[in-house]
Amino acid sequence: MQPFKTVVIALPGKTGRVSLWVIQEMGRMFLFLLQVGLWALRPPFRPREILKQLHVIGFKTTFVVVLTAIFTGMVLALQGYYSLRKFGAEALLGSAVALSMIRELGPVLASLMVTARSGSAMTAEIGLMRITEQIDALETMAVNPVQYLITPKMLAAILVVPLLVSMFDVVGIWGGYVVGVQLLGASAGSFWSSVESAVEWRDVYGGLLKAVSFGVIVSWVCCYKGFYTQMSAEGLGKATTEAVVLTSVLILVWDYFLTSVLL
Amino acid sequence: MITLKGVEKSFGKQVVLRGVNLTIPTGQLTTIIGPSGEGKSVLLKHIIGLMKPDRGEIWVDGVELSRLTGKALNEVRKRFAMLFQSAALFDSMTVFDNVAFPLREKRLVPEREVPRVVNDMLERVGLTGMGHKFPAELSGGMKKRVGLARALVMGPEIILFDEPTTGLDPLMAKTIHDLIRAMHKVFGFTAVMVSHDIPAIFSISDWVAMLKHGQIIAMAPSHEFPRLSHPDVREFLSVMDGGMSVPVDA
Ligand SMILES: Nc1ncnc2c1ncn2[C@@H]1O[C@H](COP(=O)(O)OP(=O)(O)OP(=O)(O)O)[C@@H](O)[C@H]1O
Ligand SMILES: [Mg+2]
Repeated sequence: MQPFKTVVIALPGKTGRVSLWVIQEMGRMFLFLLQVGLWALRPPFRPREILKQLHVIGFKTTFVVVLTAIFTGMVLALQGYYSLRKFGAEALLGSAVALSMIRELGPVLASLMVTARSGSAMTAEIGLMRITEQIDALETMAVNPVQYLITPKMLAAILVVPLLVSMFDVVGIWGGYVVGVQLLGASAGSFWSSVESAVEWRDVYGGLLKAVSFGVIVSWVCCYKGFYTQMSAEGLGKATTEAVVLTSVLILVWDYFLTSVLL
Repeated sequence: MITLKGVEKSFGKQVVLRGVNLTIPTGQLTTIIGPSGEGKSVLLKHIIGLMKPDRGEIWVDGVELSRLTGKALNEVRKRFAMLFQSAALFDSMTVFDNVAFPLREKRLVPEREVPRVVNDMLERVGLTGMGHKFPAELSGGMKKRVGLARALVMGPEIILFDEPTTGLDPLMAKTIHDLIRAMHKVFGFTAVMVSHDIPAIFSISDWVAMLKHGQIIAMAPSHEFPRLSHPDVREFLSVMDGGMSVPVDA
């Protein structure tokens, strides 16, 4: 009797509940995104808030982006050099490093770093404002909290993530050059000429398109999780964790879809 | 006039308001008292439309607030100000910017007038020269007074005060009460205050109401309230002020 109950009643019941919750959550997230978009079109436009967010998201993430970019480029060159040497194709090292950076690793890793550094901070900041009633206070002053708090963050993220990604690409390729050419002794001339001949503008545009969409994902998910934080200290911790995990997963999933369309 | 009719509110299984009926007269100061956790703050949040009732109606001068959203709700809210129990100061802004925020957002005064108005308000709540501090650097009582300044500075028609004097020393509490009373005389706003400050509230309020078991169990003009014979009122008053309230006439 017991296994029957588990399989026939409890299991479908749970599956149903979870699916309903997922659908509901997705609906809420899209409505939230829609609100942010609509409020972006209406005055007041708050350029100072956007500038402040550019500083918070962009400047404060620069260091960690540069650091991860150098090491990513370096390890790529290291792996690439030994693989390519087996086929006597060390001359292609530059193109291998540059293309993986520009097409994939730059956008994905830089966005993951933005998520870890600024996305989590966004969730914590907005979540804290929720549980300390600051968001309610905004509403009582007839200020729309989505427009005041969320829209500037999302606009700033859309502007700044492509910049960070570009920086990641450049620094990463340079890191690859240092290891490949300076350390391992590949030829500098063939490194740069293979970069030049292999990288096309559409690779660059594709990478930047990814960057823009990742900027939307990071700010959207992280702000959403903060905005709907449960009213407790545990709620805040949970929201931050969930925001980082969900953003990272969505970035990787969306990256696959975008790549399959772009190729 | 603000009128609540049969307002009910639950959070999950917890029933907080069970049919609140309350009329708040225009231009007067009404104080709501009652035990902790009975829903006084929740009640205030319904009056300003931050929470929606499960059942019942909330009328503000002929407008039913609980069904309004978006722009229409904002129009009504422009007449309100609220001092939160937690003060709810914006912790990314200085004290000065907190108080200036509603002035700037609602463009109530031209930008060059803002410093004068804000500093004047800070002086009234006894925070002269504190404008550059951040909320994290203030004591609880100071935060309360900044919250009070932020609410009063708008010159609203209706103000909701959630425990304006909790956490203040008796002298500062008296200063705040006097300030509220004085501002009330000058601007004639409608005020709803939640307070545990018995017996002080009887001298500053026009009306006193008591919330218990999710309902308004008693409401009377402030000078009559201490003489009410309702057992819950008697019990509450005798505990709250250590038996100093006026005894029931034999
Ligand atoms: N947003 C919310 N979600 C869930 N429950 C809530 C929420 N706000 C208040 N409550 C619950 O409603 C009840 C009444 O809370 P409220 O803050 O109104 O009490 P209060 O009368 O103001 O008490 P105090 O005098 O201590 O301030 C409490 O039990 C609280 O847990
Ligand atoms: Mg309260």
